Amino acid sequence: MKYRFLNIARQLALMLLVIWTVVSLVTLLIEVVPGDPATVILGETATQEQIENFRAKHGLDRPAFFFSYGGEKGFVWNGSDNRYADYWLGLLQGDLGTSFRTDRPVRDMIFERYPSTIKLAIAAMLVAIGIALPLGVLAGSRKNSIIDNLASFFALLGISLPTFVIGPFLVYLFAVQLGWFSPTGSLYPEDIVLPAVTLGAALSAILTRMIRSSVIEELGEDYVRTARAKGVSERKVLFKHVLKNGLIPVVTILGLQLGVLLAGAIITEKIFNWQGLGLLLLEDGIGKRDYRLVQGCVLVISVTYIIANSLTDFVYRKLDPRIRLS
Amino acid sequence: MSRLAYIGIAIAVLFILAAIFAPFVATHDVAAQDLAMRYFPPSAEHWFGTDGLGRDVFSRVVFGARISLEVGITVVVISAIFGTFIGSIAGFYGGFVDKFLSGYVFNVFLAFPGLLLAIALVAFLGAGQGKLIAALCVIGWVGYARVMRGQVLKVREYDYVMAARALGASNLRILFTHILPNAIQPLIVQASLGMAGAVLSEASLSFLGLGIPPPAPSWGTMIEEARQFFATSPHILLFPGIAIALTVLAFNFIGDGLREYLDPKQRRR
Repeated sequence: MKYRFLNIARQLALMLLVIWTVVSLVTLLIEVVPGDPATVILGETATQEQIENFRAKHGLDRPAFFFSYGGEKGFVWNGSDNRYADYWLGLLQGDLGTSFRTDRPVRDMIFERYPSTIKLAIAAMLVAIGIALPLGVLAGSRKNSIIDNLASFFALLGISLPTFVIGPFLVYLFAVQLGWFSPTGSLYPEDIVLPAVTLGAALSAILTRMIRSSVIEELGEDYVRTARAKGVSERKVLFKHVLKNGLIPVVTILGLQLGVLLAGAIITEKIFNWQGLGLLLLEDGIGKRDYRLVQGCVLVISVTYIIANSLTDFVYRKLDPRIRLS
Repeated sequence: MSRLAYIGIAIAVLFILAAIFAPFVATHDVAAQDLAMRYFPPSAEHWFGTDGLGRDVFSRVVFGARISLEVGITVVVISAIFGTFIGSIAGFYGGFVDKFLSGYVFNVFLAFPGLLLAIALVAFLGAGQGKLIAALCVIGWVGYARVMRGQVLKVREYDYVMAARALGASNLRILFTHILPNAIQPLIVQASLGMAGAVLSEASLSFLGLGIPPPAPSWGTMIEEARQFFATSPHILLFPGIAIALTVLAFNFIGDGLREYLDPKQRRR
């Protein structure tokens, strides 16, 4: 018991350490922007006064870090009055800074858009599971049959076709030709279908392969032979015994993929003009060089990913006693 | 090796040859615009049709192979060398060094999902082929480092390593002449899969407008430009799309085939 708590504490400490590093990296990345962000944003025509006002407002006139090194002065200690400390202080109060472009709090801009990205990611995951579970089980339980070969072919397509080829193709087929959905935007509730299928395609392919090999592996185990010898029906063997064990690795992949979906949503959101976090990062952040907004978006996406991964790891340990013991 | 791996090698060789001999394979000048010939479907003159500026799509796809493979190979080589180096250090020295590298540094680089770190780097550094390669190496090396660490951890316990140590071989000599050659196989698999990943990442970033800026004929950029006209001129998007899919598929086939070939446990299945 004591050992288990220690283990959880260690995992938690590592997670916090990683989050701290990620935040630090993202905070300091703004220093590698070529040139002065103030001139980049205000343009070449801005007066000296405008630039100084902008720099003062966003703290760009203050030192970047606790110390600086280089130039004629060499090593300089800047003390605690620096931008890195500012960002952390703000962050601890739930403040991600003020947008360089709109003067609005970055936190508000992000949380306006975040729900639609999460909605899209979850819908994509449901699509992926809905396709992969039946297909993978069928393919695995009828190894080398026509269904198995078809499933393998479909999985290969899903893995190798990039999102930005699948997306326009689906739009053409289902929106332009058949007229079932709107080509872009999220006006009607059913408009989530095409983006979700596009985003979930690659995951459904990976999952199909995993479930297939998982089912094949479990079907060769001794307990399956025992169950069959006892006269348990094949259907019961498959769904009660094999799936229960075979789905454990799949759960891990699902958890790890949730974060990948959040990041992958950037491309899908661009294709469908889906007003989520990815589009905010791409158009308002990178497109308009609103570096504060870029920082916030990258931070929120990666921290979600880290937390999702750690939770998955935790659930995985709970599910599979073999890992818990070792 | 499996049949699929041979198909993969055949496709990869085809694309590599097309990339090397691009000036001879291409039927037109990649940059030549002909506004009278916009959005023409495939024909005998323009095998893959023409794009929105009247440029020959076939020639652009051929030169696109050059960009894709150039970026892919550079990224794989740089990240493989760096990753192998860091991974060997972690595996060979173990202890605190390993705890710091594999427990902390690897996890930091794995903490960014998919392309996000590359997108963030390009967002701050600006677009361009060199920066794109740098960004993809930053996200790519961890994969090699993890594989290498695991291999070195396994191989260094073998008897012949102990024998070499008993003979008085230095750490560097043991690492380079005894451990590395025996740990290299999974690395080749990783490089092949990494090539597929790098080609896809380059196309994705270029599609997002964060990769190689136009008018360079990157497949991702071509797809982004063709997207709006898909309903009327699907060929402009389809051909670079097929090129990406085939390249990614080929390197995935090779990687999977090699893995099965090198792992006798999987070969029996």
